[in-house]
Amino acid sequence: MTTTTPQATPAVRAQRVRRGLAAAPFLAPGMLFLIVFMAIPVGLLAFYTFFKRGRFGGLVFEFTLDNWAKLAEPLYVGVILQSIGLALVVTLLALLLGYPMAYAIAGLSPKWRTVALVAVVLPFWTNFLIRTYAWILLLNNAGFVNQWLQALGLTDEPISMLYTPQAIVVGLLYMYLPLMVLPLYASLQQLDPSLREAATNLGASPWRAFRTVTLPLSLPGALTGCIFVFVPAMSNFVIPELIGGGKTVMVGNLVRDQFYEARDWPFGATLALVLTMLLVVVIVIQAAVSRRITEGPRRG
Amino acid sequence: MTAEPLLRVDGVRAVYGDTVALHDISLDIADNEFFALLGPSGCGKTTLLRSIAGFETPASGRITVDGIDLLPLPAHRRPVNMMFQSYALFPHLSVEKNIAYGLEAEGVGRAEIRTRVGEVMEVVRLGHLSRRRPSQLSGGQRQRVALARAIVKRPKLLLLDEPLSALDRQVRASMQLELKRLQHEVGLTFVVVTHDQEEAMSMADRIAVLNEGRLEQLATPQELYAEPVSRFVAAFIGTANLLDGDATADGVAVPGMGLVPASHPLAAGSPATAVVRPEDVTVGTEVSGGLRGTVVDTYFLGGASTISVEVPGLPAPLLASVHGATRLARGADVGVTFGRATAVPRDPSQPPSFGTTVPTTAITVTDAADVRDADGTAGAPEASASNRSQDVSA
Repeated sequence: MTTTTPQATPAVRAQRVRRGLAAAPFLAPGMLFLIVFMAIPVGLLAFYTFFKRGRFGGLVFEFTLDNWAKLAEPLYVGVILQSIGLALVVTLLALLLGYPMAYAIAGLSPKWRTVALVAVVLPFWTNFLIRTYAWILLLNNAGFVNQWLQALGLTDEPISMLYTPQAIVVGLLYMYLPLMVLPLYASLQQLDPSLREAATNLGASPWRAFRTVTLPLSLPGALTGCIFVFVPAMSNFVIPELIGGGKTVMVGNLVRDQFYEARDWPFGATLALVLTMLLVVVIVIQAAVSRRITEGPRRG
Repeated sequence: MTAEPLLRVDGVRAVYGDTVALHDISLDIADNEFFALLGPSGCGKTTLLRSIAGFETPASGRITVDGIDLLPLPAHRRPVNMMFQSYALFPHLSVEKNIAYGLEAEGVGRAEIRTRVGEVMEVVRLGHLSRRRPSQLSGGQRQRVALARAIVKRPKLLLLDEPLSALDRQVRASMQLELKRLQHEVGLTFVVVTHDQEEAMSMADRIAVLNEGRLEQLATPQELYAEPVSRFVAAFIGTANLLDGDATADGVAVPGMGLVPASHPLAAGSPATAVVRPEDVTVGTEVSGGLRGTVVDTYFLGGASTISVEVPGLPAPLLASVHGATRLARGADVGVTFGRATAVPRDPSQPPSFGTTVPTTAITVTDAADVRDADGTAGAPEASASNRSQDVSA
């Protein structure tokens, strides 16, 4: 698309202003919501990061850069990196598991497609804490999985699965897999089946047709799914707490601890802001990559 | 037609659940032929095309290209390329990459791909658009890319599924010519699926008319027009006045009208329909010896006019056409005579009707002036006959 309009005539500019004004009533409610619940809180967070902590929470209005300096401490860098690592692993596993699922669902007859999609979404109808507790019942040493392993004679002693990083990955994966499957399904399902036929007709084997046509055209859906999984996985603090037993700390836990336990609001705000900024960067990259895939490289 | 056909379809039967989409279709297509599968939607023409391409599996029958049995081959190994109705261009690839796709899949070398893609883009006049994405092209340009992508593979057989249906009228006419030019230039065998009889008539060397999964008639456009073998073909190809009645030794006896003379091989007494093309109908104030009727409407179409005449006792108006404009006006009392007519069998279970299957049952009417010159009899339609029907008599 050519977007270069070097010199807009006054008439064109006037028209743009008129259009902007006409759009205002429609945009206002949404904008207001974003300002109240997004812009102001983020502004407050940013504001907090430059002051000293109060003894029992709150702020002491004394300017400082200590909160930012503290971020560089290996402990916190480690937690941030570990969070990114865990979220990446979860995202990758969700993609590997979710793609074949979405692909299979897109290939079903309309009736079974609906059944499968409902099955994918079904867990969301149950409270998320209850579902997490269910995992504790499944994974603990006297739990369902260990009972079966022993009953089948595969192990003699229970394997400790709960309270490990792996357990966190499983918990997060379980929680967010549907968020990968749904956008992937949407992008696969809207692919014109004649594209694959065309590839086949031109001599591409089924695998080649998948690799060169289906896969690239489903990438925007995959990227959306990755964001949907990565963002909440990175900031989740309930699962690390309950299934991870609080032993593996992720950024989300750290933020919560700073506010509720350490009563260090400014540093909690700093961590929260860093987390938010990281996620915004990830989303911006995703949007740019998706646009490049669908619209192609910019023409000179 | 050479002795050995390029494509042989032999007893192909296709079934979807309880419905039979193709009833044992057999046909041969010669090398270098421009062949059309014509029929209304749901007639099975697309199923047949997709069976040749390998996207449908017939329940029984054989399809061979150059003697090679296609049915055991998966779609990607068949020496057949297809242009899809939706074009099915890869939206994420440039024009150039779209065209190169088939050659890359084949494992052709990079340098050869470049020359062949370049050549083909010249043939379809797309050279300047090579880096565009399909979304940045017009409908006509997309169609050329789809065509280029198929012909760059140099297939023995090119299948085209409704190639012109997505184009507007203007572009369609020029692409029609272009397809013919290409077919000559690259020397390919084309099999076109279409529901548009004009499109099929103007492009194809031979046409197979399909109806409800059966092959109604396979013939040249001229033969289909002049010698339809069924009421369906007569109605579907061109415009016709269809006069239902019963066969007699020398024509069709039409209730309320008398005998319409026509040559035919039908048994006397069997249900039959007389087919009279509009240009074989003579209408004029001074025409006598035939039917009498009233002009209900005239349509000026540029090179010709269509006159619609209501004849008492007939359920629908007769249509006739003349060269140029007509001087007959609505309400004029006219005589109507028929020139050449053919007779086709009629399904007696269907109530006798009159040209109902044709959207515009047009009868060519000779202008009053022509009629006067031609004594208002059988000679007149010959004089006013269109080019096409002159070809027929040749």
